[in-house]
Amino acid sequence: MNLPKSTHAGIGAAIPISLKDSPAMKARVTITLKNGVLDPQGKAIHHALEGLGFGGVNDVRAGKLIELDLADGTSDADIEEMCKKLLANTVIENYRIERA
Amino acid sequence: MKTAVIVFPGSNCDRDLAVAFEQATGKKPHMVWHRETELPEGIDLIGVPGGFSYGDYLRSGAMAAQSPVMRAVSDAAGKGTYVLGICNGFQVLTETGLLPGALMRNAGIQFVCRDVKLTVANSQSAFTSHYKADEEILIPVAHHDGNYFADAATLDRLEGEGRVAFRYAEEVNGSARNIAGVLNEGGNVLGMMPHPERMSEAAHGGLDGKKLFDALASA
Repeated sequence: MNLPKSTHAGIGAAIPISLKDSPAMKARVTITLKNGVLDPQGKAIHHALEGLGFGGVNDVRAGKLIELDLADGTSDADIEEMCKKLLANTVIENYRIERA
Repeated sequence: MKTAVIVFPGSNCDRDLAVAFEQATGKKPHMVWHRETELPEGIDLIGVPGGFSYGDYLRSGAMAAQSPVMRAVSDAAGKGTYVLGICNGFQVLTETGLLPGALMRNAGIQFVCRDVKLTVANSQSAFTSHYKADEEILIPVAHHDGNYFADAATLDRLEGEGRVAFRYAEEVNGSARNIAGVLNEGGNVLGMMPHPERMSEAAHGGLDGKKLFDALASA
């Protein structure tokens, strides 16, 4: 349904406005194996792609995507700590944080 | 010697390890649930058993490393208490930071479950003193993530300091420099992928694992 905004003006109007002021914060953490770390899963996927006749693939690396739904005020430093302490194992993995 | 075995949801070698501890020490170990924040008084040896703690979610051992009891295990390890991590226990100890490196998916992708030949690379530690130097032993493995990885500098340091306890004498999982078990700097923490508790009675088909528990009991 595509009701014009004016329909909601009046009773209850404060709620959508406050939601608009503080949209849900999301962050997306992409975890990949460091360069030089053997990726057996990537290799298997590569092999399977070749088996399907896709010849143009030079290399495959498999990783992980973790989406975080965050409370207001969660800082970049907080997310960084989450990555270092749990989400990624920095011995073998890199992480990239994107805020949405 | 007083012993404890840590039990996580998903542990499945905890009772086998308890039997091995009891046979070696003559005393039943304390079974310690992962939610405990303290270990019983006067524990000399802690076993972190194999299995699939927390369903191997995120990474093998990653969730268990954050459980309350592991803080107590880390504190005890810092004070010199012996800690033995087997299979998933080894993964937990690397994730906790008590041991260097990481255990990745086996190079051949497949779960490997068979008896493998190991070489005792350090026969001087509290865990390995009943073995002869370079002795070849037969111990079963059963794991999917046993491919030991550490950067070259760490591997050089581990080898230089005699902290490689066991090596695979055959290709098993792609581990760097065939490392099957490593010691911490203090020599009181050992992590290993093979299961000595599954080679500790004649009915198991051999006694090569029993020597490790006997060595600890006399340490």
